[in-house]
Amino acid sequence: MDDLLADFLTETNEGLAALDGALLKLEKAPDDRQTLSEIFRNVHTIKGTCGFLGLSRLEKVAHAAENVLGRYRDGSLKVTPAGITLILSALDCLKGIVSGLEGTGSEPAGDDTALIAALDAAWRGAAPGTPAAAPPAAPPEADPFELPAGEPVAAAPPAPQAAAPEPPPAASAPSASAPPAAPAHASRGSDHEGEAAGASGGGGASGPITPAQTIRVSVDVLEDLMTLVSELVLTRNQLLQLVRARSDAALTVPLQRLSHITSELQEGVMKTRMQPIGNAWQKLPRIVRDLANELGKKIELVMKGADTELDRQVLELIKDPLTHMVRNSGDHGLETPEQRRQSGKPETGRILLNAYHEGGHIIIEIGDDGRGLPAEKIKQKALAQGLATEAEIAGMGEREIQHFIFRAGFSTAAAVTSVSGRGVGMDVVKTNVEKIGGTIELRSVEGRGTTFYIKIPLTLAIVSALIVEAGGERFAIPQIGVVELVRAGGSAEGAQIERIHDTPVMRLRDRLLPLVSLSRLLELPQAADEGRRDAGFVVVTQVGANVFGIIVDKVFDTEEIVVKPVAPILRHVAMFSGNTILGDGSVIMILDPNGIARATGVGADGPSEDAARGPEGLRGHRSTERTALLLFRAGDGTPKAVPLGLVARLEDLPGESIEHSGGKTLVQYRGKLMPLVAMAGGWAPPEPGRRQAVLVFNDRDRAMGLMVDAILDVVEEHLLIEGASEQPGFLGSAVICGKVTDVIDCAWWLHQAGDDWFRGNGQDAVRRRVLLVEDSAFFRHLLVPGLTAAGYDVTAVDTGMQALRLREQGAAFDVIISDIEMPDLDGIGLARAVRESGAWQPLPMIALSGKVEAEQVRRAREAGFNEYVGKSEREALLAALSECLATPAIN
Amino acid sequence: MQTEMRPSTQRAVAVVTESAAAMFLTLTVAGQLCGVPVLAVRDILAAQAITRVPLAPREVAGSLNLRGRIVTAIDLRRRLGLPPREAGAPPPMSVVVEQSGELYSLLSDSVGEVLALPEEGFAANPPTLDPVWRDVSRGVHKEDERLLIVLDVDRILAIG
Repeated sequence: MDDLLADFLTETNEGLAALDGALLKLEKAPDDRQTLSEIFRNVHTIKGTCGFLGLSRLEKVAHAAENVLGRYRDGSLKVTPAGITLILSALDCLKGIVSGLEGTGSEPAGDDTALIAALDAAWRGAAPGTPAAAPPAAPPEADPFELPAGEPVAAAPPAPQAAAPEPPPAASAPSASAPPAAPAHASRGSDHEGEAAGASGGGGASGPITPAQTIRVSVDVLEDLMTLVSELVLTRNQLLQLVRARSDAALTVPLQRLSHITSELQEGVMKTRMQPIGNAWQKLPRIVRDLANELGKKIELVMKGADTELDRQVLELIKDPLTHMVRNSGDHGLETPEQRRQSGKPETGRILLNAYHEGGHIIIEIGDDGRGLPAEKIKQKALAQGLATEAEIAGMGEREIQHFIFRAGFSTAAAVTSVSGRGVGMDVVKTNVEKIGGTIELRSVEGRGTTFYIKIPLTLAIVSALIVEAGGERFAIPQIGVVELVRAGGSAEGAQIERIHDTPVMRLRDRLLPLVSLSRLLELPQAADEGRRDAGFVVVTQVGANVFGIIVDKVFDTEEIVVKPVAPILRHVAMFSGNTILGDGSVIMILDPNGIARATGVGADGPSEDAARGPEGLRGHRSTERTALLLFRAGDGTPKAVPLGLVARLEDLPGESIEHSGGKTLVQYRGKLMPLVAMAGGWAPPEPGRRQAVLVFNDRDRAMGLMVDAILDVVEEHLLIEGASEQPGFLGSAVICGKVTDVIDCAWWLHQAGDDWFRGNGQDAVRRRVLLVEDSAFFRHLLVPGLTAAGYDVTAVDTGMQALRLREQGAAFDVIISDIEMPDLDGIGLARAVRESGAWQPLPMIALSGKVEAEQVRRAREAGFNEYVGKSEREALLAALSECLATPAIN
Repeated sequence: MQTEMRPSTQRAVAVVTESAAAMFLTLTVAGQLCGVPVLAVRDILAAQAITRVPLAPREVAGSLNLRGRIVTAIDLRRRLGLPPREAGAPPPMSVVVEQSGELYSLLSDSVGEVLALPEEGFAANPPTLDPVWRDVSRGVHKEDERLLIVLDVDRILAIG
């Protein structure tokens, strides 16, 4: 009710203010029908609203005034100055009551009968020249401003009115003694009294109801202000540069002040345009609820980052696409409770909305844990619609196929019914997002869900940027992505740019920082001078979770810049997010750290990374399954990688400690002899005084060391091994941090340390039979040799379905180790199927997963797993195996 | 307009009775006389500092500042597949045109005059014209002593 009243007050005050002017206009031109109907409409609205709110006093006065105005409008009564005066006095009375309402929250008591009688008389056609008794108005005791002073609650007069050009509300209508022609004037006099009184005290004990402290300003005004401020910022920058060059002390202080004020002004104006994205989400819970009822689904809507602020223009444009996408997620993305139960998911589907800032962009995620995009159906649909030929589709990756849903024409009515939807208007969504310079991406795994990522750049914004030079050209790097600035090379101390097979890197506080040469990236002429090649500055930049350095020749200054979008014909250059004009009037390109990261392969592209820390409902995303990898160099320039989980320790041994005995290289390590194996052929013991980097692998009380040239870094990457290696000791190659990297076969190297390495664990005469269900070839390669060596008889299959086929064929095992996330039938489904019936029912089962999280562990145990082990924890797996097999109850 | 109108021909400007639609601004690119509809032209600028845009299409010479607005400069020589300007040649002039709210500058060797081209002087592109030229030319106008190629601004800007 209070909110309602506050809204009413704001509106009525606006209406009354407008009425004043309109009435005066009418007085001058009594035949202006447009003004007349505007006045009538205004009074009518006020009357209607206060009737609705039960404000009887207001209503009566307004009603009487409306009657008179009605006759004016009909033309049955002539507009006279006296009539206008009468109406104006009615308005003053209304204002008095309204201000009383503001102060106390209820209508002040008062008698309006004389005024109403005068109005009624005018309505009946009596000459309105005798409103001597016209506005007697509120008696003094009801005047809110004359309540005992000293009430500290006395709010300042409401801003809208204070700011309005009209006189502030009258405390009361003019006194009864006012001469007929003077009420308006009298009211003005009492206005001042009212104002003064209002400032000194007033406000009822019940607490004043202040109307919302807002004013409505036309967006055009804000836009104009924004443009002006942008120009002001640029001019200020120009001035600053001039003064810097002249070092005129007299100017410094005022200019600093100007600079300061400009910054604050800019911030303030920016703020007027910013609105939390939650405003655009307000209606979504209701929409989702209705949708759920309508479709008989259970849907939970989770909204994160609702306070992330967006430019209101952008917000308006993004609102409808967002609503549309949420509706789509609920309608087509999520399954019915029944279907969800069948596929082993909780009945309640989840739609997750998440908004956050990243590297000068705003990312909005809309995700669901529903059925995902059905690649097969999309293929068929694309074929049927002639969007692509069969050959083209055959050559397409999953992502490309999923992107068909953004194609115009894919969203026909037929698509809604036959395909699992999603195509509905997605092309329109994409167009809308792109219109504001944004991009839309999607990640979908069939059976697991779909997440859309909308990335919106801050196009119309002033940002602080670092001005750098590379290859003779200047560029701006948005400050927001810059972590620090490092001077490289030159002197002996300090950070140096080093090279691994021509790839520049830098050791920064024990971290290996990948570097990108800006001039090389932008194909600019590089400093030819070899000596200078590695001198310069490194701008350490963060994009998402990835940190990398950009090598530049010079660093100038930071400057406030107005980001302007680049011309359409340059928009395909992903390296730039915009351009701007600097203080000296020259045009400069603004670098986009996201684009640079993508172009150079520093980290995966933005969205997939967000998914890594993204919605829990999408935890099973394959693309997000990351493995911590240790990168090192040995022998040739190609970096090598090994899952970090397999490495026990990293050592840096003094060269003197390495000994040779019986053709083996050994080191005394923790009171024992540890065999050392050189990774690279032709290894020579390090010279005395130098040190040797060693990766230590551990198993029970044994250890072995792998000698490598240098340890490079630890990265989290999605490991996708391509091309099996011919070379012994390597599983194959993978692209890690944008570089081809050899992934080593640990088991093979462990064998090099001595044949007895894996012996001793499986002394059992009977080799236990293990079924390994794992869809990742890499982990199969990794686990099978290890388990075999540990004395187990291992059968490995790709998927849960294959495992069940083995069961049908009557294969027998002692234990099942299964990955959780797999296509077709996942680990959870497999466990349920095993536990349900069949010969495998009593078998111990060990769950294997890339992630160990409480929720997953619980789900796995519920499904029937006995143990839960992280994927690369070899020791834990072996321990779990022996434990499971030793428990007699299960055997 | 910071323009240096240099009459490229000695002929007097045609009587300005034709509608503006038939008026063309002449410019030369590597000796070839070209014309652009005068209504498309926003500004003519003398030599300007142009910021190169790395990785841009080769036709894009860079960006320049026109009273606070960023203008993308198109090198007409490169756009038309002509050899680069000789060293020591005077810097190019900018003919600024607008297309869907964006400003572009067409870098020309020199800017001539505003001409009214009578309808009857127009001829279609000869079929043997170089495809690059045929793509951007709206037709040829037969001048007394030489030929003028009427450039289609939209086609010129359709790069990449």
